[in-house]
Amino acid sequence: MKIQNTKTRTLRVILYVVLIALALVMLVPFAWMLSASFKLDKDVFIFPIQWIPENPRWQNYVDIWNKIPLAKFVMNTVKLTFIVTFLQLLTSSFAAYAFAKLEFKGKNTLFLAYIATIAVPWQVYMVPQFMMMRSMGLADTHLAIIFLQAFSAFGVFMMKQFYEGIPTELCEAARIDGMTEYQIWYRIMLPLSKPSLSTLTIFTFVNTWNDFLGPLIYLTTESKKTLQLGLRMFISQFGSEYGLIMAASVLSLIPVLIVFLSLQKYFVEGVAASGVKG
Amino acid sequence: MGNMKMADPAEAAKKLAVLEPQLAQLQKQADAETDPKKKLKLGKEIEKTRDKIRRAKTGERFSRQTKRDLVAYSFIAPNFIGFAIFTLGPVVFAFVLAFLKWDGNNPMQFAGLDNFAMMFGNKRFMASLRNTIVYCIATVPLTLVTALGLAVLLNQKIKGRNFFRTVSFFPYVASLVAVAAVWNMLFSPAKSGPINMILYNLGVSAKNLPKWSADKDWVMFTVVLFSVWKNMGYYMVIYLAGLQGINGELYEACSLDGANTWQRFLYITWPQLQPTTFFVTIILTINCFKVYDIVYMLAGGSSGVLNESAIVLVYHIYEEAFRNWNLGYASAVAMVLFLIVLVITLFQFRGEKKYAN
Repeated sequence: MKIQNTKTRTLRVILYVVLIALALVMLVPFAWMLSASFKLDKDVFIFPIQWIPENPRWQNYVDIWNKIPLAKFVMNTVKLTFIVTFLQLLTSSFAAYAFAKLEFKGKNTLFLAYIATIAVPWQVYMVPQFMMMRSMGLADTHLAIIFLQAFSAFGVFMMKQFYEGIPTELCEAARIDGMTEYQIWYRIMLPLSKPSLSTLTIFTFVNTWNDFLGPLIYLTTESKKTLQLGLRMFISQFGSEYGLIMAASVLSLIPVLIVFLSLQKYFVEGVAASGVKG
Repeated sequence: MGNMKMADPAEAAKKLAVLEPQLAQLQKQADAETDPKKKLKLGKEIEKTRDKIRRAKTGERFSRQTKRDLVAYSFIAPNFIGFAIFTLGPVVFAFVLAFLKWDGNNPMQFAGLDNFAMMFGNKRFMASLRNTIVYCIATVPLTLVTALGLAVLLNQKIKGRNFFRTVSFFPYVASLVAVAAVWNMLFSPAKSGPINMILYNLGVSAKNLPKWSADKDWVMFTVVLFSVWKNMGYYMVIYLAGLQGINGELYEACSLDGANTWQRFLYITWPQLQPTTFFVTIILTINCFKVYDIVYMLAGGSSGVLNESAIVLVYHIYEEAFRNWNLGYASAVAMVLFLIVLVITLFQFRGEKKYAN
């Protein structure tokens, strides 16, 4: 028995060593980013790495706002992210309610249209989509990015799946009580679907915030660019201003970090559910 | 039913004169009918006629079912209209465009299969197809193994489990531009790059230090490494869900039989996780074929132009469409991407049937 115990203890130690090593691999790039963001360009590559700079250079975090229109980029991204997330939540939960709880003509055909496109990656139709938006005069507008992101089949699917889990008797009882379908959606379904709404929120938020290819294709005017695009532009123009690049990168990560940490539970549940159900 | 209009009484009486005998006859038929299917059908017919009578009496324009349909459509419309215009339309258009020659300004011309024929003579297309496949073949198994390993470790009862889970998941949500910027610095091709400095101090001679994304033989490796690091947390979460679905009694039984940790993994965990592994492989492969921005940011340099050692399919679509304005050709390349994804999806459908029970 004693041998068994020493053996499990050794295994435990190995387990923790491996885990800490992995955590370091995951975290070191972020730590390095933070550390470099407080350094002069010439100090960034000093070896051995100085994790805590002797004279932290806060100036980087001041300069970055003047070097590029960072505030403008942030504003644009915040605006787009909020509008897209709001529209996505509203329209998907609305449509999903009909697909999950109402009987109507053409239900299957309409739903088939959603299913048919889910296997088609956006990259396959981004070219004709752009040409269509351009012919509508939407090239280089934020509206194009909103239309691009706000009506995904994914949102409808996710919400429909969740609503199907809510007992239909609940809706029927409400109908007998004289509620209209809109009232049922607003008063019963919405409050019950907070978990899946949260999941959809964090997915849409992170996707829109981090999206690169969409804005790259559509937005050409500098004052309309998003944070990701602006950051990338800055990196290619001032490639050797390491301290500033890292400061801008740190700033761009903060909102995602906050949203992620506060809604993490729902994010993990959402990913897990997508895996279990297939 | 707030705005109930009264019907024109003469009109209503006329309608009722026809409808009421109809209803009576239908009811007689239904009573006499023995076949349950036909009876059901007649029942529906009766419902309809009753509704018509009610409408004739009250003067309402729409039947109950039509009203229900309209309410349902009003729920779907906001999303569906946007979806139909901005997704469904372009998807259909993409299939047509692949057979056209178009530069976006001049009129379109029918090109038959020219676009597809052109691909095979195009060195950049062949390179992009090869690189994408190489990327997939390397990334899929590596990500799978690391994600599974991580999930098994993090499924144990350990201190700080949630912390470790959060940490492994964070690279996935972190914005790519920022993270790629750090990687480009850490994996700087210069000798002074931090990773190269470490390798140098470990005894790799200066001239043998890898040039990472600046070297055509190392660039895909760097991209794969980055991609595994960034995405494994996502797939780990899927595996964790799979692990939690395994019945604990199986492990107990196995322990009673004297199995060690490795045997438990081999005979229980791995077979039980088969559906999860299958699912992860499928989405991982599809996501790999869609790769674009990782390569663009790691290997694109400041101009964002990828050379033949790093070009991938989506980048080829992008450059042909938005730099050269060969829209038809770009769509044809997109069709190749679509076909690949379609084949993988069909595999998924087959697998889902297999694992459904």
